[in-house]
Amino acid sequence: MQIVNHTLFHAALKTAFAGAYLLGLSVFQTVALAAPIGEQPMQVATHRGGTLNLTAQSSGGTLDPQVAYISLTKQIETPVYDTLLTYPKFSGPGVQPVAANLVEQVPHPEDGGLTYRFTLRPGIYFSNGQELTVEDVAASFRRLFKVGSPTAGPYYSHIIGADACLKDPVHCTLSGGIETNATTRSITFHLTSPDPEFLERLAWGHSAIVPAATPPHDMGNTAPPGTGPYRVVAYDPTQQLLLERNPYFREWSHDTQPAGYADHIHLVFGLEPESEVTAIENGQYDWMYEDVPLDRLGEVGSRYVSQVQLYTLLLYYYAALNTTLPPFDNLKARQALNYAVNRHAMVIYHGGSAVALPACQLLPQGAPGYEPSCAYTKGASPDHPLPKWQAPDLETARQLVHESGTAGQKVTIVAPLDGRYGSMAMELRSTLAAIGYNAVVRSMTQTVQFPYVQNSDNHVQIALTGWQADYPSAASFLQTLFACGSIHPHSDNSLNMSAFCNPAIDARMDQAATLALTDKTASDHAWADVDRALMAQAPSVPLVQIKRVTLLSKRARNVIVTLNDDILLSQLQVQ
Amino acid sequence: MTADTPSSSGAASAVASANVAAQPRPLGPWRQAGRTLVRNRAAMVALATLVLVTLLCLFAPFYAHDIAHVDPFTSNVAGSIVLDGHEADIMQPNDNPLHLGLSPIGPTGHAAYLLGADSQGRDVAARLFYGGRNSLLISASAAVLCLILAACAGIAAGFFGGLVDTILSRLMDIMWAVPVYLFAISLSIVTVSQGLKLGPFVIEADNLLIPIVIIALVYVPYAARPIRGRVLALRQAEFVTAARCLGVPRWRIVLFDILPNVMTTLVVLGPLLMALALLAESALSFLSIGVQAPAASWGTIIQDGEGLIYTRPMVAVAPGLAIVIVVLALNILGDGLRDALDVRDAARRSA
Repeated sequence: MQIVNHTLFHAALKTAFAGAYLLGLSVFQTVALAAPIGEQPMQVATHRGGTLNLTAQSSGGTLDPQVAYISLTKQIETPVYDTLLTYPKFSGPGVQPVAANLVEQVPHPEDGGLTYRFTLRPGIYFSNGQELTVEDVAASFRRLFKVGSPTAGPYYSHIIGADACLKDPVHCTLSGGIETNATTRSITFHLTSPDPEFLERLAWGHSAIVPAATPPHDMGNTAPPGTGPYRVVAYDPTQQLLLERNPYFREWSHDTQPAGYADHIHLVFGLEPESEVTAIENGQYDWMYEDVPLDRLGEVGSRYVSQVQLYTLLLYYYAALNTTLPPFDNLKARQALNYAVNRHAMVIYHGGSAVALPACQLLPQGAPGYEPSCAYTKGASPDHPLPKWQAPDLETARQLVHESGTAGQKVTIVAPLDGRYGSMAMELRSTLAAIGYNAVVRSMTQTVQFPYVQNSDNHVQIALTGWQADYPSAASFLQTLFACGSIHPHSDNSLNMSAFCNPAIDARMDQAATLALTDKTASDHAWADVDRALMAQAPSVPLVQIKRVTLLSKRARNVIVTLNDDILLSQLQVQ
Repeated sequence: MTADTPSSSGAASAVASANVAAQPRPLGPWRQAGRTLVRNRAAMVALATLVLVTLLCLFAPFYAHDIAHVDPFTSNVAGSIVLDGHEADIMQPNDNPLHLGLSPIGPTGHAAYLLGADSQGRDVAARLFYGGRNSLLISASAAVLCLILAACAGIAAGFFGGLVDTILSRLMDIMWAVPVYLFAISLSIVTVSQGLKLGPFVIEADNLLIPIVIIALVYVPYAARPIRGRVLALRQAEFVTAARCLGVPRWRIVLFDILPNVMTTLVVLGPLLMALALLAESALSFLSIGVQAPAASWGTIIQDGEGLIYTRPMVAVAPGLAIVIVVLALNILGDGLRDALDVRDAARRSA
């Protein structure tokens, strides 16, 4: 009964918020857009039981929650594992900031952001029947370093003792970094320096809490026990993954880890996206991981309206311009390309304005700190930006190319082979040709291209790529992609693909991040300023931000989409 | 036409010329074959089809610039065209309540966008003609290069025998053992990603020489084997033995006695190899490791149309049809040539 009440409450919030969005209150518009198209969940009677049938083209590899870095695994494991904090599992106002999950409340930073104190909730059990203790929490953070979690360094290096753990993971103790008290159930984190995003990072999936006895290595196809409403009972990465109810789960907070509806969640691998759409149309599956292919959009948009979910992601595509190589070591050349790009065409390549938005700045719509601003469009300039992109300005672009003295130079665009990337790359090539460059496209598979374009030894002039933040924050876009510290020469792991380094802007980023500890609103404004300052230097060409188009079966009900977790699979009801 | 072909270096040439003077001059083997070929209606239709397709492709620039007024190499998704006095977007919104997706304009029935647009808003008909130029050029060049290489390898192996034959034959056996497409794909992936550096010469990844050379190479064993077999038989022929006994140098025997006698084999293999090369080129381009964008070939156009197969099937169907027509025509022409140049068949006919 409690479940029903909560569902109705959140559905009502969602509906109310959709109205707010239409009035122009767009801070959380991504979530407003997530309101299901078609049937409203508040009209649906609650139904527990049944098997939710899912399909994906391929598996995401390892199931170890502290190692897996594939969004499919993250989405599947959301109802299996818990973190100390988490993003709320409902849509509407209040989806940010993070909420207390395994702990009783979100702490205020102490000692100027160096100390965080938590109290663990009592009565939470792992799916193996073992009760969750503070030692499991401390051991999980040590394990995070021992298993070489991909975000151990970037996200958790501020914890005292993390440096030693990164150097010698096997003997990681995090001594002085985490203090626990089993009697009071308290956990205290001590940091070496303030980390304005520490709370968000405690909500990130790699800090999932697993039993202290979990082996300190990647568990691969064996999922360690979790505290969520489901547990993994079978996994074959070539065939299927099966979840069943965790018999020890008792709902402690519907807002952060609600109980699931289906008895089983069965994910089958191997179908192509085209076949997945057909299978869902035929009622063989309830959800597909991949986006609906472009050529099926018209069909699902006309014949399966009530089954379509359309929601914005913090994901955008951009062309990183190498600021250390000609011609883009010249500011005017970079600005010229920004002026010349036809972002309307980019939107078309992704399925039209219902599915994509022109991106004109380095923070995507919906991210904290996002303030609409377009410096490079007809009638605008970095000093006088317009609120949104209007049209390409080829005249200004050609003039800038002429002034830069770079006309006629050869430019190579390195792009992934994937269809949409291919189309965007060809559009960029045409644009570069139109403003006077001799442009060619070099395509390679995405898994090869992403590290390739990061390595300075490959001398990539333009890298076409995309970026989706692990969690909603301005720093995860601006600092990660454009700070001097993100440049690692001769490495395949140098996310600042533009090799853009401006110490003055770096200082402003640090200032904006620190401000978040005391004044979140001021921090957001500061990030918006950084966004504009960066765009004035045009280290990249933002192209398009996309929405996810998901097709659900006719029988799937109670669709809840959140900014951080996409569709909550545990909340889908099937009859 | 085979073993009884007159040898230009033979000692009996004086006797032969005396006989010729006494009798009405018979038709030469090539002319005889030509006549037979002309009488083969199917082969002639195939030849006419090939000529027509080639001409259409040659006139691609004229069609694109002066008839359709389009640029087939520039993306144009945000553009529009005027049809019957009305402006129409190249990419048209799908008619659905959610406004999901856009589809390129379909066949218009007008000069511009006659077969519609592809996913990048380019004129499919213009690209089809331009693509044909590349597909035909690559396949024809690859076939010729393959025949040259195969002739060299086959003649060397068959004529010299011994160690040369052993090495060349085993090499070809190895090449034969690898599936032809797998072989071509492997070579293409290496060269398309890096280009080709041969000493001071650098061949860029988008140079058509790369698919030409790769396709020619992978089919060499298929053409060299029958040539080697033919040369093995010719090596024992009387006129070759006679030439040897007279002390004619080996290079001269190869050039003037062997080569003319394997020419028929090479000519028959030509169209068949070109058909195989066309299919291989299309496959490689479909996989993005043949002709590189923005250049077109029939394979790349099929790849463009793959994502539109539900909404605009014409983008994939048109180049597919072009491939079918050309390959069919080449095979029929190859059959016709074989019939015309087959000595035993010709002997039966004259009997």
